[in-house]
Amino acid sequence: MVAFKRNDPSQQTLAKLAMNRRRMLALGGLAAGAGALSACGGNTGRGSSEGVNLSQWYHQYGEAGTQQAAEKYAAAYKDATVTINWIPGDYDTALSSGLLAEKEGDYPDVFEGHLNRAMVESGQIVPLDDILADVLDDYTPDDLARNTIDGKLYGVRMIDDPQFLYYRPSLLEAQGITPPATFEELMSAAAALTTGDVKGLFLGNDDSATKLFQPIVFSAGETLLTDANEIGFTKETVLAGALQVKELHDSSSLLVGAPTEAWDPSSIIQNLCAIQWCGLWALPQIIEAHGDDINVIPFPAFGGGTPTVFNGGWDTFVNAKSANVEEAKAFVKWLWIDNEEFILDWNLSYGFHIPPRLSMRGSAEQLQSGPAAEAVRISEEFGWAENPNWTPKMETAVDDMMNHIVLEGADPDAEFDAAAATIQGELDSIFG
Amino acid sequence: MAVSAEAAPDAKAGTGEHAPRARRGARWRTSLTFWCFVAPFLIGLLVFTVIPVVWSAYLSFFDATNTVSPTPEDFVGFGNYTAMLTDPAFQDSLITFSVFAAFIVPVTFACSLGLALMLNRVRLMRAFFRSVFFLPFACSYVVAALVWKMSIFNGVRYGLANTVLDLFGVDEIAWLFRPDPPWFWLVIVSLRLWIQVGFYMILFIAALQQIPQHLYEAAYVDGAKPGRQTFWHITLPQLRATSVAVLMLILIAAYQAFDEFLLLVGTMPSARPPLVYLYQTSLGMQQELGTGSAGALILALLIALVTLLQGKFLGFGNSEER
Repeated sequence: MVAFKRNDPSQQTLAKLAMNRRRMLALGGLAAGAGALSACGGNTGRGSSEGVNLSQWYHQYGEAGTQQAAEKYAAAYKDATVTINWIPGDYDTALSSGLLAEKEGDYPDVFEGHLNRAMVESGQIVPLDDILADVLDDYTPDDLARNTIDGKLYGVRMIDDPQFLYYRPSLLEAQGITPPATFEELMSAAAALTTGDVKGLFLGNDDSATKLFQPIVFSAGETLLTDANEIGFTKETVLAGALQVKELHDSSSLLVGAPTEAWDPSSIIQNLCAIQWCGLWALPQIIEAHGDDINVIPFPAFGGGTPTVFNGGWDTFVNAKSANVEEAKAFVKWLWIDNEEFILDWNLSYGFHIPPRLSMRGSAEQLQSGPAAEAVRISEEFGWAENPNWTPKMETAVDDMMNHIVLEGADPDAEFDAAAATIQGELDSIFG
Repeated sequence: MAVSAEAAPDAKAGTGEHAPRARRGARWRTSLTFWCFVAPFLIGLLVFTVIPVVWSAYLSFFDATNTVSPTPEDFVGFGNYTAMLTDPAFQDSLITFSVFAAFIVPVTFACSLGLALMLNRVRLMRAFFRSVFFLPFACSYVVAALVWKMSIFNGVRYGLANTVLDLFGVDEIAWLFRPDPPWFWLVIVSLRLWIQVGFYMILFIAALQQIPQHLYEAAYVDGAKPGRQTFWHITLPQLRATSVAVLMLILIAAYQAFDEFLLLVGTMPSARPPLVYLYQTSLGMQQELGTGSAGALILALLIALVTLLQGKFLGFGNSEER
């Protein structure tokens, strides 16, 4: 699911430092001693009798001021003491182990993340239908669908983050080219824009092949999984697209090995590339660097289909193990459903995001003009969303297929069959 | 503490009648000292190694997705083991590792022995050179991997390696992220050599200094030429015990390769050693702790097997018999 993440690699590093197995062994004795000592202390200060304590987990947002904002919201809540756990680095791994914890204070009561079926099947989260019942028609169908498993709603959308291509109009004009609408045009534009110092296009370092699987599928009007939970894409579509992606990767117009991944706008800001895949969140930073000389387009169409935009973002969930499930739900309703001031602040005051509550979008003045307005328009017209039944294992299967075909030149036919078999096996074990 | 415990019996020995009690007290104190020193490590070993290993073996028989306490309905017998053994990605990771080990073990061995031989002959600033080559060993793989990835071998024009290539008119190379040509091996191998070679070099220097000088003198008298002849017939045989130990250590270090692979090439299927694959299966997004545990046990068995075989062929532990 690399395409869906926005974790800073250097911060991931620090988290992985803590996971280093040898380091764990080396520190084992020390930690055990410390654990024995702290056990003598008994009272850890949590779960005291003065009202309810809630722990709320966030991944580390890159934009300045976000952590302070989260703490401000928590402090403003009167019915419980909310502690913010701001997690740098590999958030998914930290969250997974947090959700295994049994002791209050060790686990999150409320956390942000992305729904997948395994979270529901292993009883990690509670349905939130009751707190969302009054506002169901105030969300896009996609934002509801991606938070629904077997008819129950589990997540509340916090932010919508469309991802698309940023480009520098001045560089395109200098080459006499128009913004690409098809993948073929994108390839020739990338080639034309590649000069000694600037590469034409930046899609990402380690996910430049994998993140194009979904655009290939959705561009052709196909989907990941059908409503009946069968494979929703065809071999013909995927292979035609994958071979085009290979052609792009075999050219020398892609930026590879940039210091930061594509979720970070540094590459286009530092003129390492003319066109970059990134998200709406980065727009304020890019405008600061390039002023008016920036615009956005949806990802160009494959094989005569439509352009696509990945509508990423984050959702909030309530941990089923929480000792205070009802209080946690009340907090989620207060912050992410009802609190227009804080929802707009979170969506617009740091990086840009589209407020998920449709009725609040009118107040989002920052998104009414220029590239931001265009981003909102293409997100609504061409956007696709994740499917919570599409499991991480299925994603790994197609990621490996794309890497094998595009980067290693493996036999596309066999690769597709292998990935499809893995996905079918997963579907059989879940729905079979 | 140890000193006072040993000194106590001697101090009281002269007083005669107190001696047995004093000895008991001393024994008790000695064992207390022993446990004080050993217990933290033992507890750590128990809590962080033994219990997790046993628990992991238990989990390997369950479909333990997103849980460490599966219910009896989740029992799958040897299902996880067959799934892992037939998983092409796991097989690929074993191949990746074998290629890596086949390369890194002899290269590290040769480089550290070569450096040791050279430094052993240096007359000037010997301590300085020894420190310079040993210092990288103090650097963490994580830090080194970031330096290698973000400054030396980044793919843009101002990366150090690309700047050097540019001087010779060569186009910039994307060192990582691309399996063909596999430049990432250069990055990984150079990083590992930079960190490790100094340590093994010190072991070799210590061993070289143990070789009696008169052996060389005798050889010289017998007409052996200094250089290749004395190296093959005196130095290398005298280093046998150290060489076997060093080979073993390098191989074990290669088995544990994780940090730099995860950080440098973690997402590339063709460059995933088993530990990275198992980490991603059980601790990443998938959270399949059952299959991950099965894979870990399979890997542990493989390592045990290779170590036994290596011990058999190289005779580790029998070095006194030579």
